[in-house]
Amino acid sequence: MLLRHTPKEITERSALTINPAKTCQPIGAMYAALGIHGCLPHSHGSQGCCAYHRSTLTRHYKEPISAATSSFTEGASVFGGQANMMQAINNIFTVYDPEIIAAHTTCLSETIGDDLKQIKKKAEAEGKIPEGKHMISASTPSYVGSHVTGFSNMVKSMAELAESTGKKNGKVNIIPGWVEPADMEELKRIAGLVGIKHILFPDTSGVLDGPLSGEYKMFPDGGTTIAELKSTGDSLGTLALGEWCSADAARYLDTQHKVPCSILDMPFGLMATDRFIDALRTVAGTTVPDTIAVERGQLVDMISDMHQYLYHKKVALVGDPDQLIAMTEFLVSIDMQPMHIVTGTPGKKFEKRIKEITKDMGYDVNVKAKSDLFLLHQWIKNDPVDLIIGNTYCKYIARDEDLPYVRWGFPILDRQGHQYFPTVGYKGGLRLLEKILGALLDRKDRDDPEERFELVL
Amino acid sequence: MATATKKKLVNWEPTDVKEELLKIYPPKVARKRAKQILVNEALENETPEIQANVRTIPGIITMRGCTYAGCKGVIMGPTRDIVNLVHGPIGCSFYAWLTRRNQTDAGPDGENYMTYCFSTDMQDSDIIFGGEKKLAKAIQEAYDLFHPKSIAVFATCPVGLIGDDIHTVTKQMKEKFGDCNVYAFSCEGYKGVSQSAGHHIANNQVFRHIVGENDEVKPGKYKINLLGEYNIGGDGFEIDRIFKKCGITNIATFSGNSTYDQFASAHTADLNAVMCHRSINYVADMLETKYGIPWIKVNFIGANATAKSLRKIAEYFGDKKLINTVEKVIAEEMPDVEAVSDEVRTRTAGKTAMMFVGGSRAHHYQELFSEMGMKTISAGYEFAHRDDYEGRHVIPNLKVDADSRNIEEIEVEPDETRFKPRKSDQQMQALEKAGFKFKDYEGLLPDMDTGTLVIDDLNQYEAEKLVELMQPDIFCAGIKEKYSIQKLGVPMKQLHSYDSGGPYAGFKGAVNFYREIDRLVNSKVWSYMKAPWQKNPQLSASYNWE
Repeated sequence: MLLRHTPKEITERSALTINPAKTCQPIGAMYAALGIHGCLPHSHGSQGCCAYHRSTLTRHYKEPISAATSSFTEGASVFGGQANMMQAINNIFTVYDPEIIAAHTTCLSETIGDDLKQIKKKAEAEGKIPEGKHMISASTPSYVGSHVTGFSNMVKSMAELAESTGKKNGKVNIIPGWVEPADMEELKRIAGLVGIKHILFPDTSGVLDGPLSGEYKMFPDGGTTIAELKSTGDSLGTLALGEWCSADAARYLDTQHKVPCSILDMPFGLMATDRFIDALRTVAGTTVPDTIAVERGQLVDMISDMHQYLYHKKVALVGDPDQLIAMTEFLVSIDMQPMHIVTGTPGKKFEKRIKEITKDMGYDVNVKAKSDLFLLHQWIKNDPVDLIIGNTYCKYIARDEDLPYVRWGFPILDRQGHQYFPTVGYKGGLRLLEKILGALLDRKDRDDPEERFELVL
Repeated sequence: MATATKKKLVNWEPTDVKEELLKIYPPKVARKRAKQILVNEALENETPEIQANVRTIPGIITMRGCTYAGCKGVIMGPTRDIVNLVHGPIGCSFYAWLTRRNQTDAGPDGENYMTYCFSTDMQDSDIIFGGEKKLAKAIQEAYDLFHPKSIAVFATCPVGLIGDDIHTVTKQMKEKFGDCNVYAFSCEGYKGVSQSAGHHIANNQVFRHIVGENDEVKPGKYKINLLGEYNIGGDGFEIDRIFKKCGITNIATFSGNSTYDQFASAHTADLNAVMCHRSINYVADMLETKYGIPWIKVNFIGANATAKSLRKIAEYFGDKKLINTVEKVIAEEMPDVEAVSDEVRTRTAGKTAMMFVGGSRAHHYQELFSEMGMKTISAGYEFAHRDDYEGRHVIPNLKVDADSRNIEEIEVEPDETRFKPRKSDQQMQALEKAGFKFKDYEGLLPDMDTGTLVIDDLNQYEAEKLVELMQPDIFCAGIKEKYSIQKLGVPMKQLHSYDSGGPYAGFKGAVNFYREIDRLVNSKVWSYMKAPWQKNPQLSASYNWE
């Protein structure tokens, strides 16, 4: 047993987090920043933060993750990190020549009160930021929120590049939230099918799914360009996918540039995708092409074909709020039973949404925000489930409890494909179903007695 | 570009490469980096000097991590029966959770917390009002849940800044519990200039709070400690297998697959064998001063190095029986190793390697490459000090700068009751006279060819440039460097965490490594970089489809 010390009996913990279901803000800011074309993320803190974030993102994407750091020493921690940051800005533009630096703070620089916006002003005044180059910054204290908060804060900082020229650009801003490069690609494909001109930001497709061709591009071809980010202030409106990841940026564009916004759930599964497509059609004022209706029909078809294997199967889930809300709704919509749901990210609203989605299930779902995998495991020990869905760390629970397991979320450190095959939209829904059914049916094939072992399922 | 068809810049001059690496930097950065890039040359009676263990330059994409990573991640991470509780915001504990590939055997007692991640998950209110109460509560909750024999607390950056007194909190909790040793590490990430400071902080506290806690004499005739071996990919398991076969008892490994009791009993061993000089040589010194245990440098990376190290241990004990057993074991193990190295060498000989890792690995692994007929053309450490490059004789002359001054040095005195010289002065002198070297490490430079490039704290830009200019057949570093190198069409081997492989130590490890490098440098994948239409962009024929 790998988690042999986890007792079934649940005792209250108020100070100790065990096996977290979240990590800290800066990594989210770094991931978001990689979705800007020609951007070098910068971590304003001790160099270990940057090393850890780069390592984790590298293990997840199996791609190079370039990011710089202010490399604080004890002296900088006492006297402030401004000198380090100024030196870093100069070195970065001289050596790496990015279009833009997207800097974020850490618990270290936040605790001592460094103000990146003020440092940027000083750098500009001193000519450290070359003509035509940019710097944005986000405040991402690690002791507030989670990696999701950091992502959201950096996306909001991107929106701060927006300018209003007074002339609309005829486009719709789509803020995808923390999804995989393949998901961002799929969202663009769907928007294209509906016939909508759009600016998707951030956009890590073409950045974190790069080819191996004998050439290393520190700044790959993908990513939302600065011109596009500036233009978001002239867009017709913004569709923000996910309250936790994307709403702040959308609301900022609304208040600052009068770009109206709709906050939608992330389009995972049937119904959330339905709402997303419907919203696209409404903003674009067009009809939805048959291609999309066919894709939807294919998803519905698979649900109906395989419903017997899904019906009333109990599921434990862990992940980030926006993803979990959509996934829980999807599971409910295909007659599965989400039983235990945990996120490490704080938010009472999350628990409320999950309870709403599951209110007709006929049982009380265990749901907790700002919680951890240790509690999820204890819940599973008390009320066993048929399937667990979550990031790579779930594999320890899955093995100990002998559970079918679908990897979904962040980080995934031990399987491939998440960066290439989307799980958003109807096609993504098909892939989610394929994965869930694969896990359940592999288990059935393993466990069925010989006389009941079947060829056709 | 396929490796086989690569045009090599055979005629590169190391001084030109160095100049090329420095060209892009602002003058101040170039001046500093120039001192950390060395063209190795044979000087009369001395090794050339390199600057090391100095600050990383802000904005330059470094390979280095922080003091916390060195303390919690490297040294204490592999200890299985201590609850390692990180006091800080969630990230630090999360990132160090199961990511270093230290393998563990839970042993007969079954205690293993390595799969767990413990954190106080500090919130903004803790930063404002202080986190001591939360820490005490978290220690209590961990104790109530698991009743471990020991709880270690690690400070992250904000803890030092807000002034939480973690040492007093842990002391109080230790007294309160009575049956659980609780202590803390002030390993804030901003201290020092790299992981190295964290190793030091960790080792000091292990020495202060754990070593010497158990005086029980363990069975075994030839008792040693293995210092600086972290059981990445199972290295420690392989070394222990060999020790067992030789009849050598390993009392404590610092700290691969280690337990609290191993540390507590370390003072009962009769010899300290030091693997990673960088991370732990000072512990060997302290163990000698306090308890009278001599130390020698060993290296179990490379089959020949393994044989040499075993012979050295046997010679120290000087027992004919042990010497014979060691010879017998070497004779048994070597044929399998040689069979594979002979086979692999037909495909690897003449190929070139670069390695930039650690504080010892960039030296040790050159052994394995040379056993495969491969040449190391450039190497350097990520967090070493000058003595790891130039040898221990430079230690008295090392400058103590502002960053190292605050890293504690423990003053040790002989233990009143337990100091016991393991050998008499005459015995020690006799061994030394016969050429046996105690406390000896000559560093990396003497083992590298003249004209090779030795680079300290290599960064992303320099790595890419080096590969472009010198086109090695393989590049070794860590996970952050892996894919930018591979995008260039050059295989990259992680020598921190071994990718998915290992063990690479000892005899069986050498075989694994030969096979792994053979696989990497001869993989077909490197020939697929360009599609047919990219190789021949001009249409020279057409299908006759009319």
